[in-house]
Amino acid sequence: MTDARPIRVVLAKPGLDGHDQGAKVVARAMLDAGFDVHYTGLRQTPEQVVQAALRADADVIALSSMAGSHLPFCTRLKPLLEAAGLGDRLWIIGGNLPAQDHDALRALGFKGVFQTGSRLDAICDFIKAHRP
Amino acid sequence: MTRDNPARPLRNESGIPIQPLYSAADVEASGGLAMLGEPGAYPFTRGIHPLMYRKQPFTMRQYTGFGNAADTNRRFKFLIDNGQTGLNVAFDLPTQCGLDSDDAASDGEIGRVGMAVDTLRDFEVAFDGIDLDKITVSLTINGAAAILIAMYLAMAEKRGFDLKRLRGTAQNDILKEYVGRGTWVFPVEPSIRLVGNTIEYCAEHAPKYSPVSVCGYHIRESGATPTQEMAWGFCIARAYADEVIRRGVPVDEFAGRLSYNFNIFGNLFEQVAKFRAGRGLWAKIMKEEYGATQPGSMWLRMIAGGGGGGLTLEQPENNIVRGAYYALIAALSGAQTMALCCYDEAYTIPSEYAQRISLRTMQMLVEEMGLAETVDPLGGSFYIETLTNQMRAEMERIIAETDAAGGIVKLIADGTIQSRVSAQAYRMQRAIESGAFPKVGVNRYRSATEEEHAVEMHPYRADDARAQIASLQQVRNERDSVAVARALQRVEADARTGVNLMPAIVAAVKAYASVGEITTRLVGVFGRYQEPLRFDHRDEPELAA
Repeated sequence: MTDARPIRVVLAKPGLDGHDQGAKVVARAMLDAGFDVHYTGLRQTPEQVVQAALRADADVIALSSMAGSHLPFCTRLKPLLEAAGLGDRLWIIGGNLPAQDHDALRALGFKGVFQTGSRLDAICDFIKAHRP
Repeated sequence: MTRDNPARPLRNESGIPIQPLYSAADVEASGGLAMLGEPGAYPFTRGIHPLMYRKQPFTMRQYTGFGNAADTNRRFKFLIDNGQTGLNVAFDLPTQCGLDSDDAASDGEIGRVGMAVDTLRDFEVAFDGIDLDKITVSLTINGAAAILIAMYLAMAEKRGFDLKRLRGTAQNDILKEYVGRGTWVFPVEPSIRLVGNTIEYCAEHAPKYSPVSVCGYHIRESGATPTQEMAWGFCIARAYADEVIRRGVPVDEFAGRLSYNFNIFGNLFEQVAKFRAGRGLWAKIMKEEYGATQPGSMWLRMIAGGGGGGLTLEQPENNIVRGAYYALIAALSGAQTMALCCYDEAYTIPSEYAQRISLRTMQMLVEEMGLAETVDPLGGSFYIETLTNQMRAEMERIIAETDAAGGIVKLIADGTIQSRVSAQAYRMQRAIESGAFPKVGVNRYRSATEEEHAVEMHPYRADDARAQIASLQQVRNERDSVAVARALQRVEADARTGVNLMPAIVAAVKAYASVGEITTRLVGVFGRYQEPLRFDHRDEPELAA
């Protein structure tokens, strides 16, 4: 890594989904990769995700969604992130994301889309390669 | 499989060494058959009833619910028409989190992972035409359980069923929601009070109803080992029992209606031994620690058969076979009820097609394979008896360790258990990715150019959400608003005192107060839970608070 500052990630659980085993596993992988991880916990509204990202001055905004509401949530989140000046940060999402939704998520600005079964190192390597 | 060194030491997930061969000497060395007994007699290791499935095969209770109450009612009837003997209701996340469908936070979530419920009206529709004396209903609800139990009892009473004879179950295990699953609403203490209130209320008004199903299941899904799953499940059940006893209810008046929900994935022999060990240990705890005298108070009654953590997104058809093995494990273990995961569950809400395969899997065990003919068919196996003794000893060690570290309530409230299981889940994920922990079709037997068969995705209809909101508005317009206001006022007043909240909640749901309205009043008094977010226990195998 060339930068002195570790990569800062805000990892959020959007909406009402309570399945956080995966998010916590990914958080631990990011910690082991040397990232500065800010895990929000459950039940984050789009506004709360933006606030967390601003507070942490996040390089990466990562969402973990297991219960199917990823498209409506990300559709609401995108303009809020842009309005807050966070459009230049790396947005990624992982979880139970049907293949048919991946293009829509990328079109919304989520450069990394990680389906269940993605390798932990693949997620961390993607972040290192695409950090702003 | 590694074949280079057949004598290499193996351990199961619970950390117990596995030998290539067991003999009578191993059974003796592990404690002998002192805890074996006869089926239907203390300590119930072999089963809680003398004849087990000969008398009544396990109840088949697939987890179902989506969209609105009418959609779900149709699927219920499909399953009943196909021979299902119980219902297991999935609620959408707004309902589970105590929100009404017209709450801003419900946007995009209404009816998505289960049935949307706002008021008693939805329950009237969902169970229309279903004979609640013949088909028992399990409600998978936790944070909002007191309200949904009240609704179920009110609906049954309104339809003329005798509450004194009404059977059914609510999950209502809030402590495990803090560890995994996450549909908590209130802080720890008032949440335990609510669980205690439902147990006390049902003991008096609906004595055949099981108001709690303590779930080791989700703790296991969150990363616990099989012995931790059961040991921590028992610790949680003790916390609820302590609360009810503290309110002055004798143990034998409620303990017989406590039930359990356990996970099933992993090593077959380890799971069977887990259930046999757990039955003996729970009986011992209830008898020796709580002084229970009624056999029913000592019974480990359980639903088993699920195991989402064992299913794979990769090669989803393999999950049909995994489901069959899970059903076999649950039947060999003497589970009272089975709910099998469906093969498409890693993708979507199960289709009718997938549900029917799961149902047929269970029916084959009973009607073709002889699983319902003989009690505890693995009993007496040197391996199973040795492992049962070893698993029970390990569970006792975990319980003692948990108590010594401050008890399960403290360790969940401060996030210790959550951190510990997530550290274990992380190590397991790494082991799966490295191939050290085998998953067929995931980290072996998988080609780079694999063609995945498409799974039929359950459609989400935004129109249903709008219809649900409109239906809630209609109920709000039609109900007696003065009566609702008075009922909600009483809920709030009772929450401020120490009285049992259930009578006030039952009165409120009967007045068609909504899930969100009642929850809001309770939050006003109790506040909301704040998650302790910890990522320690990186390298600690032992429980360190």
